[in-house]
Amino acid sequence: MRITNRLLALTILTAVATMTAAAATLQTGAPAPAFQLNSNAGKPLALADFRGQIVLLNFWASWCGPCRQEMPILEQLNRQYHGKGVTLLGVNVEPDSAAAVQWLKATPVTFPILFDTDSKVSSLYEVAGMPNTVIIDRKGLVRYIHRGYSAGAENDYLNQIRALIRE
Amino acid sequence: MLTSAGRWHLRIAVPALVLLGVARAGVLPDDRADLMYHRYEGGGLTVDGPSVLVRKKFGDHVSAAYNYYVDMISSASIDVVTQASPYTETRTQNSLSVDAIDGKSTYSAGYIYSKEPDYKAQTAFASISQDMFSDLTTVTFGYTRGWDKVGERGTTRNDPVDHHGWNVGVTQVLTRNLLLNLSYEATASQGFLANPYRQARFLDPTEALGYAFEKQVYPQNHSGNAGSAVLKYFLPWRAAVTGNFRYFSDNWGIRAQTGELGYTQPVGRAWTLDTHVRYYHQNHADFYSDLFPYAGAQNYLARDRELATFDSVVYGIGATWEYRVQRFAWLQKGTVNFNWNRMHISYDDFRDLRVQNVPPGTEPLYTLDANIFQAFVSFWF
Amino acid sequence: MLLAVAALALGACSPIQPWVKPYEREHLADPIMSFNPNPISTMYIEHVYETREGARGATGIVGGGCGCN
Repeated sequence: MRITNRLLALTILTAVATMTAAAATLQTGAPAPAFQLNSNAGKPLALADFRGQIVLLNFWASWCGPCRQEMPILEQLNRQYHGKGVTLLGVNVEPDSAAAVQWLKATPVTFPILFDTDSKVSSLYEVAGMPNTVIIDRKGLVRYIHRGYSAGAENDYLNQIRALIRE
Repeated sequence: MLTSAGRWHLRIAVPALVLLGVARAGVLPDDRADLMYHRYEGGGLTVDGPSVLVRKKFGDHVSAAYNYYVDMISSASIDVVTQASPYTETRTQNSLSVDAIDGKSTYSAGYIYSKEPDYKAQTAFASISQDMFSDLTTVTFGYTRGWDKVGERGTTRNDPVDHHGWNVGVTQVLTRNLLLNLSYEATASQGFLANPYRQARFLDPTEALGYAFEKQVYPQNHSGNAGSAVLKYFLPWRAAVTGNFRYFSDNWGIRAQTGELGYTQPVGRAWTLDTHVRYYHQNHADFYSDLFPYAGAQNYLARDRELATFDSVVYGIGATWEYRVQRFAWLQKGTVNFNWNRMHISYDDFRDLRVQNVPPGTEPLYTLDANIFQAFVSFWF
Repeated sequence: MLLAVAALALGACSPIQPWVKPYEREHLADPIMSFNPNPISTMYIEHVYETREGARGATGIVGGGCGCN
């Protein structure tokens, strides 16, 4: 009986370990993949443009409930930290941007929105849940990855940003 | 007074998963309120009434829903008319369910209480749902338990019925445009399972009509299994087509197949139209007969038409109009919905006893046509 | 329990990655793709069918949709 339990525990642990390892090849501490996308600012923006700043990259879609819920909170965060060395970038993952643009008219945000219409950046960043937030430090390294959004996550974002500012 | 609406209560309440709308893959259902008027008219039976559903989140991880439902029954159906006189009756049902989300798991539980003058039914249910494989797969396990008390007008009958059910389901994302759901459910009931008002018929040359009635005798237990598959496909011009197949079999000898095809088409920005057609076929229970050769011909006897061999075809259309009112910030959106279904049932071995001047067993086979209406308004907060 | 372990093991051992990415679930999240968009209506019509038919069960569905969170 005990041997079976141990074997079962071992199988589960190995399975979970292999799965999580396989899923998270976007490593924290590794350089954030470079990209350039069209934005709602009129001109294309590249991640390299923000080297030296702390970047909070948020992948979202207008059809995703938790993403829409998170946007006003990100806007608040942006107002608080903009100009203090922190930049928020919203990456919209929809192949057709019309719905997103429409939604932004009703719920405008002051940080730039990038349009990843061919999902190249989503796949580069191995977006594994919607929404997906990646926090990148001043040296361009990935430091924190958040999958999904639930109320209170913004406190984690704040703590992590403050930690990166102090570095 | 004969409860031709008999079968209204001889059921485990429809499982909560359909009833109160469990969370969709990792997200709690939206807060909403629905107000409905429903009406069934057919075969001499009219049943109408309200249904009210309210759902609200409490915090970020819990959502609860409450439903108040009434059936006002006015019956002059074939069973009533051939064996007694028309009657009216009201059945009230109250349900409460709670869902809690914890990461990839959703836990649900609920309670339903249904009451009418000669039948009380209580149901409790619980289920666990787990998202896995990057949310492409959702697995659900559920358990249902019911306790009924069967009465009979004009007697002191108060017989218990116990129900047990368990179900398992898997929803799988097949492609960007295709969803599949597979469901299996096993149910078991024990106790007084017959409708006390309906009677079996046997040949009796000494009677004027050539036949007489006797009490039905049902087995004390009933267990069945059902398996279903539903596919939903997103069409490129933004429409959805649904295909549904279910197979049921039980230890009373009933084998039933259900097939349904549905189509949903949004029109413009505010309207959605949908249509469907459903075909159902069952063969009769082992102890069912429209006319037994003599009294007490079998240990178990039934002439309840719900246990007969029949085909049922339902087709219907529905329309939804969606609106948003900027002025009321608390109201995210609202809809107005209308729905009409027509049901046609043709029995292969249940005869229309309103026709009396023919030899017993040669009466025309019974057919039933019914109209089913739903009108409801929904508000999202 | 066994099913959960099997599911985990399958996920780990197989080289199959989720073939529909979270950011590709736009159509699946569309309200017209919901199995049960109006529970109050589904509840009622299933009740109408059940009270006239011998068959019961296997009508509940959970899952699909946007897969958010």
